[in-house]
Amino acid sequence: MSDMTNKWIGTSTVRPDGVDKVVGRAQYAADATMPGMIWGKVLRSPHPHAVIRSIDTSKAEALPGVKSVVTAKDIVDFSVGTPVPLGIQDMRWMCRNVMAREKALFHGHPVAAVAAMSADIAAKACELIEVDYEVLPWAIEIEDAIAPDAPILHDFIKFEGKPSNIAGTLEHKLGDIEAGFEQADVIVERSFDTRPVHQGYIEPHACLVSVAADGKTTIWSSSQGQFMVRAMTAFLTGIPQSDIRAIPAEIGGGFGGKTIIYLEPVAAMLSKKAGRPVKMVMTREEVMRATGPTSGAKSTVKIGAKKDGTIVSAQATHYLQAGAFPGSPIRGACGCCFAPYDIPNVYTLGYDVVSNRSKVAAYRAPGSPIGAFAVESTMDELAEQLGIDPLELRLKNAAKQGTKAAHGPVYPVMGYAETVKAALAHDHYKAPLGKFQGRGVASGYWFNAGGESSAQVNITEDGNVVVTTGHPDIGGSRASIANITAELLGIDYRRVSVLIGDTATIGYSNLTGGSRVLFASAMVVTQSTEKVIETLKGLAAKIWGIPADAVTWSDGAARPAGDNAGKFEPLTLEELAAKANMTGGPIGAGTQLNTTGAEGGFATHICDVEVDVDLGIVRVIRYTSFQDVGKAVHPAYVEGQMQGGAVQGIGWALNEEYIYNKDGKVDNPGFLDYRMPVCSDVPMLDNVIIEVPNPLHPQGVRGVGEVPLVPPLAAIRNAVYNALGIRFNSLPMSPPRVLEKLDAMKQAAE
Amino acid sequence: MAKLHVTTTINGEPTEFLCEPHHTMLDVLRDTLDLTGSKEGCGSGDCGACSITLDDRLVCSCLMLAAEAEGHEIKTIEGMADGDKLHPLQQKFLEMAALQCGICTPGVLVAADALLKKNPNPSETEVRYWLAGNLCRCTGYDKIVRAVLETAAEMRGAAE
Repeated sequence: MSDMTNKWIGTSTVRPDGVDKVVGRAQYAADATMPGMIWGKVLRSPHPHAVIRSIDTSKAEALPGVKSVVTAKDIVDFSVGTPVPLGIQDMRWMCRNVMAREKALFHGHPVAAVAAMSADIAAKACELIEVDYEVLPWAIEIEDAIAPDAPILHDFIKFEGKPSNIAGTLEHKLGDIEAGFEQADVIVERSFDTRPVHQGYIEPHACLVSVAADGKTTIWSSSQGQFMVRAMTAFLTGIPQSDIRAIPAEIGGGFGGKTIIYLEPVAAMLSKKAGRPVKMVMTREEVMRATGPTSGAKSTVKIGAKKDGTIVSAQATHYLQAGAFPGSPIRGACGCCFAPYDIPNVYTLGYDVVSNRSKVAAYRAPGSPIGAFAVESTMDELAEQLGIDPLELRLKNAAKQGTKAAHGPVYPVMGYAETVKAALAHDHYKAPLGKFQGRGVASGYWFNAGGESSAQVNITEDGNVVVTTGHPDIGGSRASIANITAELLGIDYRRVSVLIGDTATIGYSNLTGGSRVLFASAMVVTQSTEKVIETLKGLAAKIWGIPADAVTWSDGAARPAGDNAGKFEPLTLEELAAKANMTGGPIGAGTQLNTTGAEGGFATHICDVEVDVDLGIVRVIRYTSFQDVGKAVHPAYVEGQMQGGAVQGIGWALNEEYIYNKDGKVDNPGFLDYRMPVCSDVPMLDNVIIEVPNPLHPQGVRGVGEVPLVPPLAAIRNAVYNALGIRFNSLPMSPPRVLEKLDAMKQAAE
Repeated sequence: MAKLHVTTTINGEPTEFLCEPHHTMLDVLRDTLDLTGSKEGCGSGDCGACSITLDDRLVCSCLMLAAEAEGHEIKTIEGMADGDKLHPLQQKFLEMAALQCGICTPGVLVAADALLKKNPNPSETEVRYWLAGNLCRCTGYDKIVRAVLETAAEMRGAAE
């Protein structure tokens, strides 16, 4: 366990990948080239819902410069009747999402692709492809998709015995909610809705794929998992995984949205047919129309409490949009929404609803911000009705070690109450507010995750260290791994190089996602480094002619211990590496594990807003996040996660939404009209890092990245209520909506 | 259609290239000249990841036709460091963890450099409005703004 004697763990070292990124040399997905490379483009459906009767590609194929054309016929077909799960995805839906098969299910759904000598020629060829569509009625919003006469996307999906757009449900149950509500003095029941929002990574999806005549395939792409890319591409093309080398490019933002693939199997089939490497890069418009987002949702929450604030019963129902194929994050919404609280009677129910929008992808704590918006907003109103401070209400009901959570676990050591206490004690919570200003609070939870990870730690001949792991670095994990390795070896962190291996050079490692990467990779790196230290001690023992267990390792050197203490000069890592040839050969060790012991993470946020009542603009003027991270291995990048998540939450709460027109198409597929927060929209963001170490992890790590996006939506909404006396139960709180509510309030007063 | 022949200066080097009339400066930098430090995040001038300077004026290279470079002087992120000596902004971004994924970083650095050349003593608000054209989805901007303000203070100190 880490302590005050740490030299590198807990310090904000310079990230190993930093210099390449500030000089423009880091290579992202779209930055690679290969000899003989040609360009691929996708033809997309102009209709939100249509049967594809036929596709004629002959004119496109005849265009000079065109080298190959691909349609669904070239992608492996998985029958809809048999699930083929791969991680959180199902190949039945993936094969139809990367290339529409029987039907086009959303505006922007790929229907064909072309590879040509230039991107211009490929785009021109796409226009020459003739698709015969039978346009069908469509449903975009949840209420349209679950209406009795709704157009059905997939006739094989049945709910209560009938074809339906409800693709599945999930429930968590604890105690007896009806009996619980009977004990309540106060019951608050409210309904909410949130809009789908895009992950908003600045780097569009891109890849460069080469399939040789013998099937040997190289994929260069940016993703949250090169092994996921390899496996999905193998499934969808029929190329064996052993023939595919997936190389992880630097990733220009993911936030969950790159835990899935769109282009790689298409580029692979274009490359196979053309006999040349194919590069594909999405435009921003394609990203907005056909990738991500996370679900929009409708929720109803009911919470009952006694007069003293003790919550006795709680219920939530969440309908989440899945997009065109099943798979919305109802587990996150239902599992996380009441997780911060010790409540004896809980029932949560989630509905997975398909509609004619792009298939949703994971977005930072998938589902949890949606559930938390509904629950934490209801908690605010409950606190008001009870006449109890909203943080005190949370503290009174805070889950603690031993609490049984509705989603399953009995909590081990955990730090939720610590986040609330820290918020109560912080000067932000007591600072005065001015006119049209308000303050809100909210809490949040994420499961965190373990899973498969591999690492290799090698000592170079000059006594330095190369660490290879299998996880794309999206939040600074390389910097944290350098800190941990340097700490264990007792050397300067600059002597440790940390690299991300491709699928051929490092063992299987699951996705970067779910706040699992540092938790899991620290475990395999620690075990590998400990093995290396054992080897080094053995080499020193051999040189000194004493037993290996009579050697200790500290400050980068082997030292004789016990009876032999002081008898020999210490042997440094450099000295042992230089002698390795004579004493036993190369020094290195690897570890491959299915890691367990990830424990949940909690946060509480305080937000101050000021509302411009003439323009309807809500401005966040002060923001403080309190989060139990277990152990902050690299505090600056922990803060970076907390700050980045808070601002994504500000965007979700205040501005971001897709605007669908009457033709079922997105009218704002770009950064001008899909309004993510810009620098001038936000204040400095304060952070309080709380460390309640995870006892099941060598460094005490819990996971950091997801939780910061969970509390903001309700914290901001509660602050707007505090400022204006208006409760927004529908997001975003954008200027037109704020003005509408203000006008209604004025009229009601007149 | 015949390609256009353009003569320009990029990061101090006399440079010639051929381009189609509709090609943007960003297309040519990335796909013809192998200067891939400038990134395409949107292609519509909204994200700033492709920021360069044209005769010291900050522009989005995705909104500039490549042919417009004729006779002008262009600077990109690749020209910001002096050999192996990083620019103070680059150094400060590393020290203060002002980057995460790094895709917006080249554009942010080019924009911040242009700001400090114009205004060596910007307020926080001035930094925020100047960088409002550079989207970053990772950092929440906090550490970026702090790094720019800190660099400005150090550069002023060094200049005295």
